[in-house]
Amino acid sequence: MSAMSSNWDRRSVLRAAAGLSAAGALAACGSNNGRGGGSGSGKSLTQYFHAYGEAGTEQAIKKYAAAYDKANVSTQWITGNTFETKLFAALLTKNAPDVFEFHPQIQLIKSGQVADLSDLIDPVKDDFNPADIKSHTVDGKIYGVRMIDDPQFFFYRKSMLEKAKVDVPTTLDELIEAAAKLTTSKVKGLFMGNDLTSIQSNLIWSAGADTLNEKNEIAYHTDAVAEGLTKLHGLFTSGHLLLDAPADYWDPSAIDQGLCAIQWCGMWAMPVMQKALGDDLGVFPFPKVGDSGKQSVYNGGWSMFVNAKGKNVEAAKEYVKWLWIEQKKYQEDWALSYGFHIPPRASIAAEATKLKSGLPAEGVKLFNDFGHFDNIGWTQAMIVAFNDVMANAVRKNQNPEAALDACDKKVDVELKKLFG
Amino acid sequence: MSTTTARDVARPAPAKASKARPRRGLRGNPTLNFWLFTGPFVIGLVIFIFIPIGWSIWLSFFEARYTVTPSKFIGFDNYHQILTNSNFVKSLGTFTVFAAFIVPTTWAVSLGLALLVHRMRFMKAFFRSVFFLPTACSYVAAALIWKMSIFNGVRFGLANTVIGWFGIDNIAWLANPDPPWYWLVIVTVRLWLQSGFYMILFLAALQNIPGELYEAAAIDGAKPGWQTFRYITLPQLRATSTAVILLLLIAAYQAFDEFYNLLGKATWGKPPLVELYNTALGTNQDYGAGSAGAVVLTLLICVVTLFQGKIMGFGRGEESK
Repeated sequence: MSAMSSNWDRRSVLRAAAGLSAAGALAACGSNNGRGGGSGSGKSLTQYFHAYGEAGTEQAIKKYAAAYDKANVSTQWITGNTFETKLFAALLTKNAPDVFEFHPQIQLIKSGQVADLSDLIDPVKDDFNPADIKSHTVDGKIYGVRMIDDPQFFFYRKSMLEKAKVDVPTTLDELIEAAAKLTTSKVKGLFMGNDLTSIQSNLIWSAGADTLNEKNEIAYHTDAVAEGLTKLHGLFTSGHLLLDAPADYWDPSAIDQGLCAIQWCGMWAMPVMQKALGDDLGVFPFPKVGDSGKQSVYNGGWSMFVNAKGKNVEAAKEYVKWLWIEQKKYQEDWALSYGFHIPPRASIAAEATKLKSGLPAEGVKLFNDFGHFDNIGWTQAMIVAFNDVMANAVRKNQNPEAALDACDKKVDVELKKLFG
Repeated sequence: MSTTTARDVARPAPAKASKARPRRGLRGNPTLNFWLFTGPFVIGLVIFIFIPIGWSIWLSFFEARYTVTPSKFIGFDNYHQILTNSNFVKSLGTFTVFAAFIVPTTWAVSLGLALLVHRMRFMKAFFRSVFFLPTACSYVAAALIWKMSIFNGVRFGLANTVIGWFGIDNIAWLANPDPPWYWLVIVTVRLWLQSGFYMILFLAALQNIPGELYEAAAIDGAKPGWQTFRYITLPQLRATSTAVILLLLIAAYQAFDEFYNLLGKATWGKPPLVELYNTALGTNQDYGAGSAGAVVLTLLICVVTLFQGKIMGFGRGEESK
């Protein structure tokens, strides 16, 4: 046997392992807190973000967190398409995030999951987009701070439309016709996402309907919506729609790579598209459906919420106030330095020179003219119920009325649970 | 009954008396040793298996939306809800279609591969490794490769490129349920992932078949090839085949990753686990109904497994064959 093994008998190894464990435990009590630098006061906060596609966003969020000196803020950057489920599952545990981004959802408020942030927002309420404030308000209390507004509309290749002698569509019929004319052996006319759920709310709005009415009753089940579903099924089976693209609608790859002439996407991808296509790019809203409809733009976006059941609610509110109310330079950086987003604060939006001219300015105009904001009562469960309508009526040839009836049943159950 | 007396039995020579010190501490306490070795596993089993199972059964009798510590007892309402939920019932149908195809196909493919590499005369180790390697790949990774590279719907996807050589238009393999090409994608990814593992089991079984059997058969005039395979190889693989089919059936029940990652927001092609995942951990966060579904599914798996074992004789000794 070697000298080494005679020196390191089992007891020595056990002692060494125990020593290492103790040292590790002591080290864990020290400075390994996940922060990028700076000095914290000892309070630890965790924030959840979904993975943004724009390069540099994760680093930016971590940079902001590192700059906060009243608590140690760590960031969970959740990749994949299961942010919602991971967030909801985490919120039930002791390791729930203290702050997290999501969309305004009334069930989070009803279940006491998110904290009232009125006291943070009230002093600057007038500086926020009123529609954003409305979409986060329940019974006069404001439950989230909007970080960015993300209008979604169609992007199109001007040269392709000109070559095919196609005008910018303003009705669903014209859009379907345009898709047919623009389709060639190598390019599909239109891309609206692989499962078409990205345009489901726009279909409702453009048909002159709404998800829920003012009384929180079903408002989407109309003849015009059913007619729109029938037409979309025709488009789906026409062969003029790009399906099963490697990247979904939120990624500009399809239009950038010349796979389609028109793509549904968000304003966040505009800088990348402009870099790839230059001036050969235009935007238009979701066309109107039926005679009584109106063009629509979905004003998506993300908001910051505080976990009301967390261990450090006050510290979390302080952090949210610091970052999303006071630090205007970071808010501007977040909205404009990576992708293009519209800052929800009027004072920041007014100084956003990148959005003042050219295509970004057109996007902002569509946002103002045709925008629809999140309805806080239209919950994730209801959205999923309508996902099934898109799957069954558009992709699977189920009678639209039957699909909408099935959706009504699920939405009714939710409405009863939420509003009685 | 044996008449052999104890004196007739050859006894092993007594061990040489040890001159070492009497055993103390760990070495001298078998009970302590037993718990030292099994304790961590028992603790893990209790924490990660038994408590969750018990908790799940408990949750299934409560109204548990957005909480795993509910207080409202609702009896069998969750069971009624899940058993009358057409999506859950449909998911059992999806599983049946999937299992009916994937179990025999994987059995045949893995047996075929095992026979191939067993008889191979050169580069045997290389081919065994090649066929086995996919087993090391994660289902999620494989599903994404299948979805984004091989079976995407654009012209440069591998499958569409190949069919394009024959003048066939691009196919949307996963987005379009009619015709249901998605089954091809799901079945191929699972075949690729699991055939290698079962090939190894068959290979081990093939190596255990005594060569004398084949020699005797040859002397009796059996033709090599199909006849030998049908009357010698296949019966000799019966025990392995039974185990493989059982494992494949359980694996089919557990199908989740590839369905979840390939089909996304589709309403078709949802096996029970995806349906239950969406119920409990999806946007509904209905842990009560999800737990009730899990209990129902567990009972179903037990019944089917026992039934299958009874039919195929799993667990019977050699003498009962």
